[in-house]
Amino acid sequence: MEIYQVSVFVENKSGKLADITDVLSENGINIRALSIADTADFGILRIIVEDPVSTEKILIEHGFTVTLTKVIGARISDTPGGLSYVLRILSDAGIGIEYLYAFIEKTADRASVILRVDNDEKAEKILADKGVELIGGDAFHE
Amino acid sequence: MYYNQKIETMNREDLKKLQAERLRKTVERVYNNVPLYRERFDEYGIRPEHIKTIDDLKNLPFTYKTDLRDTYPYGLFAAPLKDVVRIHASSGTTGKQTVVGYTKNDIDVWAECVARGMVSVGGSSEDIVHISYGYGLFTGGLGLHDGATKLGASVIPVSTGNTARQINIFKDFGSTILCCTPSYAMYLAEAVKESGMSPEDLKLRIGIFGAEPWTEEMRQEIEKGLGIKAYDIYGLSEICGPGVACNCYMQNGLHVQEDHFIPEIIDPDTGEVLPEGESGELVFTCITKEALPLIRYRTRDISSLTYEPCECGRTSVRMSKPCGRTDDMLIIRGVNVFPSQVESVLLNIEGVSPHYHITVDRINNLDTMDVEVEMSPSLFSDSVKVIQEKEKTIKQALLSTLNISVGVKLVGPKTISRSEGKAKRVTDNRQIR
Repeated sequence: MEIYQVSVFVENKSGKLADITDVLSENGINIRALSIADTADFGILRIIVEDPVSTEKILIEHGFTVTLTKVIGARISDTPGGLSYVLRILSDAGIGIEYLYAFIEKTADRASVILRVDNDEKAEKILADKGVELIGGDAFHE
Repeated sequence: MYYNQKIETMNREDLKKLQAERLRKTVERVYNNVPLYRERFDEYGIRPEHIKTIDDLKNLPFTYKTDLRDTYPYGLFAAPLKDVVRIHASSGTTGKQTVVGYTKNDIDVWAECVARGMVSVGGSSEDIVHISYGYGLFTGGLGLHDGATKLGASVIPVSTGNTARQINIFKDFGSTILCCTPSYAMYLAEAVKESGMSPEDLKLRIGIFGAEPWTEEMRQEIEKGLGIKAYDIYGLSEICGPGVACNCYMQNGLHVQEDHFIPEIIDPDTGEVLPEGESGELVFTCITKEALPLIRYRTRDISSLTYEPCECGRTSVRMSKPCGRTDDMLIIRGVNVFPSQVESVLLNIEGVSPHYHITVDRINNLDTMDVEVEMSPSLFSDSVKVIQEKEKTIKQALLSTLNISVGVKLVGPKTISRSEGKAKRVTDNRQIR
């Protein structure tokens, strides 16, 4: 099962991010992982939630601009060089990383990252081949 | 000093006779050569021989910018193209340009108008005229260029941009008269200061500024910053370009070159001619133009007229500094911009909603224009790079239609106010009144 990230457009004005999280909160949506990309003009809130499809629907109903994107989850060693190991594999395979962010899993003794790459299939295969533990969508989604 | 003393100091009665004669000839010319005018005059039951005095002018129908657009590009020309030696153009409301043409004589008349203005502010053939208006389809650059050439001054056709070079030329070439937009003059004044020079290090003494509205306060600032006297020049390409009217050294209103262009002030709603001194829409009739003699052209500029003789000795009518527009046209860095142009650009980009808001400001003395565009599903992506690419596409499209660079800001969907009636599409924060 694949991991789908919900991305939401955030206008660069105070209170806009809270407007989004209020909607999530009111609808009992728990954020499992998150990152924010910001530019001078606008931001993009990227979240991993249990039910991306219904979250997308709810946010659109509340007037937000939303898109779903497939991303990759990986568990890496929580030691120096853990992230480097994964990034080097991707770079050696010529796979570009659009962005990545780390998050915490309740029971994990390892670090976890979400990766957005330009070639999902190839990235997943090469990471698995190199023994990197991938996180399935079932870790988040129902 | 006068460039053409006989005309510039002519008494009103003689001038009226001259104007009437020229008006009648012009009406005859357009009636015989321009289908639109023939139809329109026939509709009003007007024949060229009906024009006896300039009081008959008020009975003639108006010409509008849309007439130029509807007959794009050459439909209102009253001279064959073989006699047309120059074509200029300015932006129009729907992306279609307004095209204007000049015969050899038209160019001469235009140059003389500019030369008269230059002399009336104290210029002479001794001057080194530094022209920082844009050269090209815009009438500013070549208009001032031809006028200064006619005067016999030394002309430096610097054109716009490259501020460092402009300042080097001030210093090394000894420019004495600067011609550009007032906002660029402000910018240059600041750049001079930043370069560590003071006005005393420059030979500049006169500035001739136009193509956009500016205030008395701005005039004082430019005068101080560049160590010059700053004068207003007025014109529009439809009538000929800069030089239709110009300040004299008294800086009290702009002398209209009345032997070529007859001004009227009308009520923009009723079309009635307003009494002397009242503010209304400025209307011009060209009475010597050959290629494009427009009759009662609605400029949309708001001004007033006074026939009181000026202390400078000139007898021509003076118009007040235009203090606004009757339509929604914006003048940004000398370029005409209509909000509807922005709308049509946005509508042509897939997935962009037609809801937008324009904010105009003057930052560091240069006009800025920012367009807020609503984020939509087709513009959105989880990747910043992709969104910025799309933002760039919008900017490029606006630049190629408007000919000025515009800032684009993406805002949330449905955040731009919708209105039933006339939407408030523009916020102009420039303080020029």
